[in-house]
Amino acid sequence: MERGEKGTTQNMRSISYSRVADVATAIATVTADPDAAYLAGGTTKVDMLRIYAEPSQRLVDINDLPINHIELQPDGAVRLGALARMNDVAMSPIVAQRYPLLAEALVLGASAQLRNMASMGGNMLQRTRCSYFRDHEAACNKRVPGSGCSALTGVNRGHAVLGTSEHCIAAHPSDAAVALSALDAVIHVQNRDGHHAYAIDDFFLAPEDTPEREHPLQHGDLITAIEIPPLPMARDSLYLKVRDRESYEFALVSVALALRVEGGAVAEVRMALGGVATKPWRARRAEHALLGRPATHEHFLHAAREETADAVPRSMNGFKIELARRTMVRALETVTARGGTP
Amino acid sequence: MTCTVNGVPRTADDVWEGESLLYVLRERLGLPGSKNACEQGECGSCTVYLDGTAVCSCLVAAGQAVGREVVTVEGLSGGPDAEPGPVQRAFLAAGAVQCGFCTPGLIVAVDDLLSRNPHPTDPQIREALAGNLCRCTGYEKIMEAVRLAAGGQA
Ligand SMILES: Cc1cc2nc3c(=O)[nH]c(=O)nc-3n(C[C@H](O)[C@H](O)[C@H](O)COP(=O)(O)OP(=O)(O)OC[C@H]3O[C@@H](n4cnc5c(N)ncnc54)[C@H](O)[C@@H]3O)c2cc1C
Ligand code: SF4
Ligand code: FES
Ligand code: FES
Repeated sequence: MERGEKGTTQNMRSISYSRVADVATAIATVTADPDAAYLAGGTTKVDMLRIYAEPSQRLVDINDLPINHIELQPDGAVRLGALARMNDVAMSPIVAQRYPLLAEALVLGASAQLRNMASMGGNMLQRTRCSYFRDHEAACNKRVPGSGCSALTGVNRGHAVLGTSEHCIAAHPSDAAVALSALDAVIHVQNRDGHHAYAIDDFFLAPEDTPEREHPLQHGDLITAIEIPPLPMARDSLYLKVRDRESYEFALVSVALALRVEGGAVAEVRMALGGVATKPWRARRAEHALLGRPATHEHFLHAAREETADAVPRSMNGFKIELARRTMVRALETVTARGGTP
Repeated sequence: MTCTVNGVPRTADDVWEGESLLYVLRERLGLPGSKNACEQGECGSCTVYLDGTAVCSCLVAAGQAVGREVVTVEGLSGGPDAEPGPVQRAFLAAGAVQCGFCTPGLIVAVDDLLSRNPHPTDPQIREALAGNLCRCTGYEKIMEAVRLAAGGQA
């Protein structure tokens, strides 16, 4: 695959672009053309087109669609329009007060300029940062099914230890999706046949033997909104992100946590992990080990070990298992020390 | 393609749909202020305002800018021959410019920060500029420049 001068002009020559103003037209336009794709903020899409990781040639700009609201629903749920920008969601008092873990996950992701552009829907569909996925010389099952996985024997320091298969070990890159996973968010999708809602845990797929499939969406399916059910205890919650640099870097390990301690014991807990797994990873084993147990270091450590018991280290990323345990314990101790929700 | 650039309606011809806004500004509209270093959103040297919001123009498809308002670093002073603006003066005064490749993007990012938050704390400055990489200065001089500009002393 040849690359254009400076990577831009030649690659983009054959791309077409149009803007649509309503949901039905957007869906009809993309559904009708196998080469078409939605364009939201463009921070993943324009990047992918430039490096030829995706073949689509016809960009359908959906930024004029009226699906960018951040709304409190009558039942206490919060609905984020798919086109709500990461920055607007992070700064929204509705989100910051109810779900600090989500606001923190957003602010700790990307940079100010990128958060101004990037949408919540696009964030769910961003592609892995595995360097072989972006390198056309390299074998990669996610890019070319059946070609092999270069990361298994290559540079895999940043790769996943949970939810992997022998076909792909790429870590899921999203921070927001980790927080949303702890919150049991629901992803609303519209297509020609109507409306579908996916529990976030069913939306993200582990690679198994089809790493090219990352979610259940079919061509033309439009994410319209992400809905977060009410969760009073999340008012005291946290997103802890460990990375190589203090700022502006994808997570080595991250923990999204909401916790309620009552009478010294764990009364309610939600936890999810990022950076260590092939999908936003709900830490159900740890949650199970914590519920009803004393909120002490010993029990926290036990729960963290349970969660990582089946982790599979590769040549360069074994450190992530210990790092994940410590980060879970630190998150649990931090929220406990703050006193939890009253 | 037609959009407003630095207050003036501009038309670029022969734009391939999907070409980046950065490319259009530099190669078709003769505005080389915005730099192209990484072209993948990592360095911030291509930062411009799009409808008043600071974005990385290397990841904006040209089509997305049609009919919208773009302000580049050139638009922050009165033009190439005019006096530098206050943020630019602060960068010069603080010695925050070495090779200068990162400077135009930083100027826009700082302008954006100060318009939203005229007296930012150091952590706020660091966070706002996290998307602007500089290989030369080690950032301390840049921090100083922002403090200067915020204090109106430049
Ligand atoms: C340098 C850099 C650093 C980053 N760091 C982080 C980080 O630390 N943490 C983090 O979480 N993220 C990070 N990101 C990723 C960033 O958050 C995503 O690129 C962004 O959220 C994607 O949103 P978008 O609106 O730009 O999507 P686009 O690029 O427009 O679209 C992405 C994909 O989703 C599809 N799509 C978009 N909207 C819809 C919709 N409504 N329905 C159906 N399909 C849709 C598009 O067709 C495309 O395939 C980083 C990105 C960059 C470039
Ligand atoms: S880890 Fe996944 S994305 Fe990376 S090379 Fe292997 S198959 Fe491709
Ligand atoms: S050139 Fe756009 S961010 Fe580096
Ligand atoms: S002055 Fe050289 S990159 Fe910043």
